[in-house]
Amino acid sequence: MAIAREAEPVNSLREVREAGLDREDLLGMYRSMILTRGIEERGHILYRQGKIPGSFYTGRGNEAGAVGVATAMGPDDVGTPLHRDMGVHVVRGVAPWRIFAQYMGRVDGPTKGRDGNVHMADSNLGLIAMVSHLPAMLPVAVGAALAFRIREEKRVAVGWFGEGASARGDAHESMTLAGVRRLPVVFICDNNQWAYSTPTYLGFATENVADRAEAYGFEGVVVDGTDVLAVYREAKRAIEKARAGGGPTLIESLTLRMEGHAVHDDAFYVPKEMFEKWAENDPIERFRTWLRDHADLTDEEEEEISGGVKKTLNDALKRAEESPLPDPSTVTEGVYATPEDLDTPHHK
Amino acid sequence: MAELTYLQAISDGLRTEMRRDKRVFVIGEDVGVYGGAFKVTLGFQEEFGHWRVIDAPLAETAIVGACSGAAIMGMRPVAEMQFADFISCAWDQLVTVAAKQRYRAGTPVPITVRLPSGGGFSGGPFHSQNPESSFAHIPGLKCVTPATPEDAKGLLISAIEDPNPVLYFEHKHLYRRIKGEVPEERYTIPLGKARTHREGDDVSVITWGAMVYTAEEAAEQLDADGVSVEVVDLRTVMPWDKSAVLESARKTSKVLVLHEDTRTGGFGAEIAATIAEEAFEDLDAPVKRIAAPDTPVPFSPPLEKAFIPQVDDVVAGLRELAEY
Repeated sequence: MAIAREAEPVNSLREVREAGLDREDLLGMYRSMILTRGIEERGHILYRQGKIPGSFYTGRGNEAGAVGVATAMGPDDVGTPLHRDMGVHVVRGVAPWRIFAQYMGRVDGPTKGRDGNVHMADSNLGLIAMVSHLPAMLPVAVGAALAFRIREEKRVAVGWFGEGASARGDAHESMTLAGVRRLPVVFICDNNQWAYSTPTYLGFATENVADRAEAYGFEGVVVDGTDVLAVYREAKRAIEKARAGGGPTLIESLTLRMEGHAVHDDAFYVPKEMFEKWAENDPIERFRTWLRDHADLTDEEEEEISGGVKKTLNDALKRAEESPLPDPSTVTEGVYATPEDLDTPHHK
Repeated sequence: MAELTYLQAISDGLRTEMRRDKRVFVIGEDVGVYGGAFKVTLGFQEEFGHWRVIDAPLAETAIVGACSGAAIMGMRPVAEMQFADFISCAWDQLVTVAAKQRYRAGTPVPITVRLPSGGGFSGGPFHSQNPESSFAHIPGLKCVTPATPEDAKGLLISAIEDPNPVLYFEHKHLYRRIKGEVPEERYTIPLGKARTHREGDDVSVITWGAMVYTAEEAAEQLDADGVSVEVVDLRTVMPWDKSAVLESARKTSKVLVLHEDTRTGGFGAEIAATIAEEAFEDLDAPVKRIAAPDTPVPFSPPLEKAFIPQVDDVVAGLRELAEY
C-alpha cells in the first residue's frame, strides 16, 4: 500500500508561473536538459574513441529529475548530486569544457585528473563531489543542513541517492538524524528502476521508496521523474518548506535508466518492452512537446537552442582536448589540506 | 598551571576551543544531557546549548558524515565515538569520504573524531581496541595519540585547528589515573613532533599512548641494572616523527617498538621497517617489537593481562636487547 503522496502533473503556463518560473526560465531548463544529454552523448563518443580511461556512466533518462531539482535550489543552497545527475552540475553552471576535461583525466577537470566521470564538483557553485559508495553522500548533505541550522541560516541542502542505494544504512541513518532534528534537507531518490541489474522488487519491499519518509517523521512524495515541471514544483515546495523550518522531505523521482549501468553494460536483463514503453516518456521529448503545446515554442527557438548547445559542445570539446594530462611528478601532492585551503567562501 | 587529570585536560582543551571559536561544536551519543559516557563533555550543554552539544541518535555513520558536511560548510565539528571500537560503523565516512575529499576534489574536511580507546579494565572485545594503525594506513587521515595531560589538551586543540580529518585516540586507562600540570591558557602542540619522555643512552623504546607509562616503569627497573633506557613518545602516529625515531635509534643503536594494538600490521611494523631501511648500519641489535598478540581483546582479567603488554614483558625485552 502506497503511503507517499503522488505529485500532480503541471498542466498550464499559469501553474508554472505560480510555481515561480517564467517562459525564459522554461527555455533555460529545456536548454540545460539538451546540454546535459549532449555532454553525455559526446562523452560516450569520446569513450568509444578511447579518449576516456576507465569506464563511463551517463544519466540518460534522468535529465528532468536533475534539472528540475537543481532549478528549484536557491543560489546559496548546496547539494551532493550523483552519477545520474549531470543536469545539476549544468544548471549550477559548471563549464562544459571542464566536464570533458574531467572525463579525459586532464588537469582542467574539477578534480585535476585525481578522479573521473561525474566524481566532481565545484564547491564555489555549492556542490560537493560524490564518492562511488552510494549513498555515502547523504550524511554529508545532512551535515551541511546541520551547519545551516546551527548558524540559523536560511539555506537548504539537497542530498541525492538512488533506489538501489536506499537499501544501505547510510540512507536510514541520514533520514533518522534529519528527522529528529528537523534539518533543512531535501532527499531526492532518483528511482531509475534498475540498480545495475537488480530490479526494484529485489531492492525494497514497499511500493515506493518515498513511503519510508513517514517512518522518519516527514513527508514523502512520488513524482514522475520524466516530467521536469512536476519535479521542479515538488522540489521547490520541499526546499522552501525546509528553508522555512518545516524539516526534511523525501522526493522519489521515478524514471527509467534508458541505458546500461555504464557503457560496458548492454542491459540485456531489462525487458525490451520496458525500454520501448519508457522511450515514449523520454524526458526531453516530453518537455519539448509540453513547450510546444503550452508555451508556443517555435521552430526558430528550438533551432536556436539546439544550435547554441551544439556550438557550446564543439567549443568545449576542442578546449578540453587542449588541456594537458597531469604531470606524473605531482601524484603525491594534495593528500593533506593546508590552512590556506580553508580560505574559501564556505570554510570561512 | 593547574594539575589536571588526562580526562580533565581533554575537557579543558575542548572547552577552550568552543569558547574561542563559534564554529566548533560537539556531536555524539549521550554527549549532551549525560555529559558523555566518560563525562568529557559534562556541563557543556549548559554552557553552549543543545545546538553546539548535540545528542545524536545511535548512528555513527550519520554522526561522522554530518561532521564532514558541516565542516565543508565552514564548521569545526568534533565527533565523539562512545568507544573507539564503534568507529568501524563510520569507516566509510572517514575512509571513503573525508580522507579522500582533499586529494580528489580539493575540498578540505576539517573534522576531529574523538576515540576513547585501549583496554585494561575488562572492557572485552568491543570496548578495548586500539585501531590507530588501520587509520594511519589511510592517506588523508591524521592520527593523534596523546599520553600526558599537557599533550591531551594541546594536541586536541591542534586537531580541531587542523584542516584535515583527525582521529584523536584518547586512552581510557589514562583518563583518571594520570595527572599532570596543564597550562591554563590556550596552546597547541604540533602534529608529527615526538617527545622524549625519558632520556637514555643504551636502548630506545618507541611507543605512544598508555604504553608510554609501561615503558617508563620498565625503564626504571632497567636503571637498577645499570641500563639507561630512552623512551620516545610519538604523540601522533600519523604524521609520525621519523627523524626523532631515527635520531634516538642512532644514539642508542638498540630499539624496542612497543604498542598496545595487535602485532601484525600494527604501526610498530612501519617503524621497525623504517629503522631497518634508514638506520641499519647504526644498529647493534635487530629491532624488537612488543605488541598484543593477534587476537581479539579478551574479557577475563588473566586473559586480558596476557594480551596487553605488561611491564614485565617490556623489562624482559629490554634486557634481551641490552645483552645482545
